[in-house]
Amino acid sequence: MTYLAKPRFHHPKLPTNALGYTRRDYEGAVSTLCAGCGHDSISAAIIQACFELDLPPHRIAKLSGIGCSSKTPTYFLGASHGFNSVHGRMPSVLTGANLANRELVYLGVSGDGDSASIGLGQFAHSIRRGVNMLYIVENNGVYGLTKGQFSATADRGSTSKRGVANHDQPIDLVTMAIMLGASFVARSFSGDKAQLVPLIKAAIRHQGAAFIDCISPCVAFNNHPGSTKSFDFVRAHNEAVNRLDVMVEREPIVADYAPGEVVDVMQHDGTVLRLRKLDAQYHPTDKRAAVAYLQERDAAGEVVTGLLYVDPEATDLHANLDTVATPLNALDDAALVPGQAALDKVNASLR
Amino acid sequence: MPQSLSGQTLARTNDFVVKFANVNGSGSASANLLFARSILRMGVPVVTRNIFPSNIQGLPTWYEVRVTEKGWRGARGGVDLMVAMNPQTWDKDVKSIEPGGYLFYDSTKPMPPSKFRDDITVIGVPLTGMCNAAYTDARQRQLFKNIIYVGALAALLDMDADAIERLIGEQFKGKDKLIRPNIEALHMGRDYALENFACPIGLKVRKSDGVGDRIFVDGNNAAALGCVYGGATVAAWYPITPSSSLAEAFQRHCARYRNEPETGKRRHAIIQAEDELASIGIVIGAAWNGARAFTTTSGPGISLMQEFLGLAYFAEIPAVLFDVQRGGPSTGMPTRTQQSDLLACAYASHGDTKHVLLLPEDPREAFEMAADAFDLADRLQTPIFVMLDLDIGMNEWLCRPFAWDDRRRMDRGKVMTAAELEAGRDFGRYLDVDGDGIPYRTYPGTHPTRGSYFTRGTTRDRYARYSEEGPVYVDNMERLARKFETAKRLVPAPVERMAAEPTNAGLLYFGSTGAAMDEALETLAERGIHLDTLRLRAFPFADAVDDFVRRHEVVFVVEQNANAQMRTLLVTECGIDPARLISIRHYDGTPITARFIAGAVAAAIPGTNVVPLRKAVP
Repeated sequence: MTYLAKPRFHHPKLPTNALGYTRRDYEGAVSTLCAGCGHDSISAAIIQACFELDLPPHRIAKLSGIGCSSKTPTYFLGASHGFNSVHGRMPSVLTGANLANRELVYLGVSGDGDSASIGLGQFAHSIRRGVNMLYIVENNGVYGLTKGQFSATADRGSTSKRGVANHDQPIDLVTMAIMLGASFVARSFSGDKAQLVPLIKAAIRHQGAAFIDCISPCVAFNNHPGSTKSFDFVRAHNEAVNRLDVMVEREPIVADYAPGEVVDVMQHDGTVLRLRKLDAQYHPTDKRAAVAYLQERDAAGEVVTGLLYVDPEATDLHANLDTVATPLNALDDAALVPGQAALDKVNASLR
Repeated sequence: MPQSLSGQTLARTNDFVVKFANVNGSGSASANLLFARSILRMGVPVVTRNIFPSNIQGLPTWYEVRVTEKGWRGARGGVDLMVAMNPQTWDKDVKSIEPGGYLFYDSTKPMPPSKFRDDITVIGVPLTGMCNAAYTDARQRQLFKNIIYVGALAALLDMDADAIERLIGEQFKGKDKLIRPNIEALHMGRDYALENFACPIGLKVRKSDGVGDRIFVDGNNAAALGCVYGGATVAAWYPITPSSSLAEAFQRHCARYRNEPETGKRRHAIIQAEDELASIGIVIGAAWNGARAFTTTSGPGISLMQEFLGLAYFAEIPAVLFDVQRGGPSTGMPTRTQQSDLLACAYASHGDTKHVLLLPEDPREAFEMAADAFDLADRLQTPIFVMLDLDIGMNEWLCRPFAWDDRRRMDRGKVMTAAELEAGRDFGRYLDVDGDGIPYRTYPGTHPTRGSYFTRGTTRDRYARYSEEGPVYVDNMERLARKFETAKRLVPAPVERMAAEPTNAGLLYFGSTGAAMDEALETLAERGIHLDTLRLRAFPFADAVDDFVRRHEVVFVVEQNANAQMRTLLVTECGIDPARLISIRHYDGTPITARFIAGAVAAAIPGTNVVPLRKAVP
């Protein structure tokens, strides 16, 4: 049995959020990933973000594919429905789920093998359709469960644990996501919770296809000196373009930054994304500039992180399809079935 | 009119076959449909089949209209009047005319005598010449040529001119500018025929009351309407012949019936996905989340969906699939019909799976089974395959009108509600509380603290907790087997018909084969061969199927594939002695005919213990 339930008792003085939930209410089963796995830090960040956003846990649906990263939804949001689908196909399942009930929050969790290798097509098409979701890739450049093969995000020239160099070009999911029309794109690092939690919060509040590429070192197979997805490498080459604070409507906006250092971006739902610029040249609402910047810094060997692109006016798939406000799964016979009277007319037209 | 030199001419009223040989992309389809519907308006049943290529423009296409006052539903075979509009297929088309039959052609360019036959009557109308004189626009010349030949045929066959004009009026309702020129073209052809030939010829249409309240509709359209009535709200599909028109028809029906009156917003979501994997993934995601969802595809799409189908089976998620079958394997014959996906669907995906198949025989049943499929999918929490084929899906069939019981309500199956969870009812996603193998499910977002679970393709215990323990796995597999037993009682029952005379021979058939079966049985009965029949309507097989086979010494299994897939399914699932099942297979891509069935059964009889009744009587 590899399912480990977590004890439910907790300290009586644990802080609660606006809904009266403690952080523990957002946790899941005990992780069975390797000790020190970057993915567990991402799970912790998701838990923290959902707690801070005061989301009712059961109104979140968490979907994944196959792989180490796709196992993680078991380890957070235990009160949410989860769906561990087939390899590389989480995006289509999430798209269908989202169509059925537009009122839930959709969290798609995937890995670099799941999204950049077997699932590249579904990744691309869910993004270009503008499915309202947070799509997070826990990117370690390697296949963990099958013991250390390269994935499609492994950098050219980086080596496997056994010292073999990868000769294929890497797929950069961030640039792809921007090009495909994702309206919120970020990159982060599992070792930088201070950066990651606000990004997850902002992405969840975003109405449209939000994508986070989170570098998440694999301690078992890809944390050695030849790797470009190791803790040491990412720490040494991490170039954050901004720091983000997320403010939902009711929070007072306190301006304590020098002018020119801060950009406020208001999303459709009223959420204000306050960006403290670390690179004065960077404008996260300029798509072409974002792509150019990413390519330039990538060539310089840097791992650019932060909120890379956001379109605050984004529309989602439901807006494009012009669906009703009522969730489709809540429509009854009266709303759906035209009845015999309509059939009489159909019959008459077919004679 | 050059008469048949042999002096032999066919003389038939309300019982003949007209075949149109056209070039695809020439606009002939709507004119040919107009011809067929005009005959229906005269109360005379027709059987029509469209034989078309996998191509957009320039290749041969045929449209066959069997005029049959007796109301036979299948193709007859043979041609009594050939409307030869395609020079590419001329020789083959002329050759296919029955002795004494008629050839109608465009006589603008003279043809050498060697291109005709001396045992047929040749009717030449200078269609191109007439069009060139009357119209200047190239497209008009092409389109009205088709209407002119319909006008000429109407005179030659003594058809009701008013009925055709009324149909044109209905067809172009709202585009009134088009009505007059079409009617003028119709008259042009009619007047030419009346002036130049002795009308009518030996083939005639006479008003009758054989059509009644029946409707003329294609199966894809009917199935799409069934999806509306079945409460489907999410459709995901990838274009593939011959199933695309089902998704497109659903879109049309939804535009008409599925918008919120107050806002005009859509109570449906249709996604043209990037491939069939995404199509079925979207369906599974939507159904998991409580919407009724379907996809429509054909054999190659079924192949692509295999992994997901195993997930839906094992994780127990409702899904409805329409497989509009075409000729396989591989790309096969994309525009020809077959029933060759039975095994691919019944056992789709790796591991031990079994799926429910519904087998409609015509568009009317496609409508019913489409609606039923959503109830079955929710009730059984598993994929339901509606097995159409190109013949049903893409041809207009004359069938009983659609009917709906307004008291009917969707059966959403076993869904535990927030109130039940709140009341403390035990929820185990894979817990068999009723003994029928069907567990309860919850929709995501139902209750703050109870009823959530993790859906996965891996083995899990009764409370949806991941496990690879042997006994846990076996427990789950045994429950799935129980559920499949339950399915036997829920799927549409087979239809048995007793022969007029007692017999020890039976015949099993299903799907579009039904169109030819009545006529085949009558032909066989005339030869003294009587057969009890059982029309299969679903898999898993009801006990009545096994019982029917055991009550007969030999049983013919008629199907439209090469490997006798239904026979394999019967042998495997019912444990029937294969020697008792005689396979009759038709798989050249054309719809099976009564002539073929009767011939094959009669040929197989000597090798069996079936004694034709006439011989048995001393």
